[in-house]
Amino acid sequence: MNNDKAAITVRNLKKVFKKVEVLRGVSFDVQKGTIFALLGANGAGKTTTINILTTLLNGDDGQAIVNGFDVAKQADKVRRSISLTGQFAAVDDILTARENLVLIGELRHVTHPGDTAKELLKKFDLTDAADRRVGTFSGGMRRRLDIAMSLIGNPSIIFFDEPTTGLDPQSRNAMWETLKSLAKSGTTVFLTTQYLEEADQLADKIAILKQGKIVAQGTANELKAILPHGQIELRFHSQAHLTAAEALLKEYAPVLNAELSLLTVTTDGTVAQLSALLGRLEAKKIEVAEFAQKAPTLDDVFLKIVNEKEETK
Amino acid sequence: MQALQDTWVMAKRSLRHTIRSMDTIITVAATPIAMMLLFVYVFGGSIGGMFDSGPVKYIDFIVPGVVAMCVVSGIAYAAVRLNMDLQKGIIGRFKTMPVAPSSILGGHALSSVVSNLFSVLIVILVALLAGFRPHAGVVEWLLFGGILTLFTLATTWMAIMFGLLAKTVEGAGSFSYLLLLLVFISPAFTPVEGMNSVVRAFAENQPMTSIVETMRSLLTSGAAGNSIMAAILWCVGLLAVSYFLAVRIYKKRTI
Repeated sequence: MNNDKAAITVRNLKKVFKKVEVLRGVSFDVQKGTIFALLGANGAGKTTTINILTTLLNGDDGQAIVNGFDVAKQADKVRRSISLTGQFAAVDDILTARENLVLIGELRHVTHPGDTAKELLKKFDLTDAADRRVGTFSGGMRRRLDIAMSLIGNPSIIFFDEPTTGLDPQSRNAMWETLKSLAKSGTTVFLTTQYLEEADQLADKIAILKQGKIVAQGTANELKAILPHGQIELRFHSQAHLTAAEALLKEYAPVLNAELSLLTVTTDGTVAQLSALLGRLEAKKIEVAEFAQKAPTLDDVFLKIVNEKEETK
Repeated sequence: MQALQDTWVMAKRSLRHTIRSMDTIITVAATPIAMMLLFVYVFGGSIGGMFDSGPVKYIDFIVPGVVAMCVVSGIAYAAVRLNMDLQKGIIGRFKTMPVAPSSILGGHALSSVVSNLFSVLIVILVALLAGFRPHAGVVEWLLFGGILTLFTLATTWMAIMFGLLAKTVEGAGSFSYLLLLLVFISPAFTPVEGMNSVVRAFAENQPMTSIVETMRSLLTSGAAGNSIMAAILWCVGLLAVSYFLAVRIYKKRTI
């Protein structure tokens, strides 16, 4: 452990499945009470990481500390500290919503499982359906129950494996709100996602996992800073001006979009270079219709990193 | 202490499942009852003929076999329910909670034993209506109950082991056909004397034989018989091996 603020510390974690290296030395830290997103494509190793951290699977090498406990040696203590919300709602279809909650309450040894169930039913807007069998529930209701079950016993860390995959936009927004309010109340949230927007919206810290390795990590802004800063978009009134500008600004690596009459150039981000650039256009009487500084998105970062790694392979 | 409490919580859940699918208990009891009536009233005329002169009526002879049939088909539901839990990810949830593996599996086992004993009770009641006349005293009935429970427990843990190994829910229950075959290749419905030497050698030495014969001896002659030690050893042995393997497989399975 680095300090008492770390909820999760992972060092050089490795896992091999049937000779395939699924995790090739993964390291990261998650601070208490923050939202951490592990971002990656299908097959990057996200679920394997979550399975090791939640004691479902043993790593082959390296170390993972969750809430101060080693997942390999103190699994039971880790289990007392965490909750897992998997990719598919792990609810019991034959029991009612209330019975599902009471069951988990009893297994977590909360003092009044019935009262806890009642509170959670209310919080997750399931009171009317409380005594119906879960088999009759809609996807959104099952998801809500699933999360409610994860909150029982107030685990200090909750893992969400692709919590919004397959959800409609409305349920997705509701899920985001839930995750945010969890973090606000001091719970550490660890989530995996394939969606950059999700990581951007929610996470205090993001780690990008690619083929079993963390290829970048930091806040959304830090990751965006990986991209060249001074990207500028210039729009022109005519096609003639557009092509003339492209020829004139060769050294700024222009990228042409003829359809939108748009030219994207890359500067070093300084005002001097920017004014020199605009001055050259003006000298040639090329009129700029619109001018915008392009803000990099996480998508750009993700694509850049993924492509770079492909090239270096 | 906590493990026992957790086992009970898990058993309550599993019993709820069973009660909410009453059809499974009925089906479990119905097939052996149908077989019993078939044997007694249809085949019984010719097979049972050889019993007319003896002290044991044919129905008295086959009830223990029918009970064994009922158990080995009933325990398949333990495999099916456990496998369904695995497929649905609910076991994944339990495994990431501070609950002992023995509690999660034990809950299934306990409810399987309870529901199977209930099915057997139905079978015995129908048998009594069909003319079954046991000659057992209180001690023999208690011994019979003990052997039956031990046998159900052992086969249930076998079911749990197969439920953990099976790739599909359908596959999970199918192993009970093998046990059913063991019931038929035993003196459950016909004396082994009529079998050819190879089959007979197998029949005389397989576990189901000592179990069925002990149950029969207790019910019909009111004595424990010669096979009781073998029956107990077989059951305890199978139980120990199945329990050990099941817990091991459970711990190894990711979800």
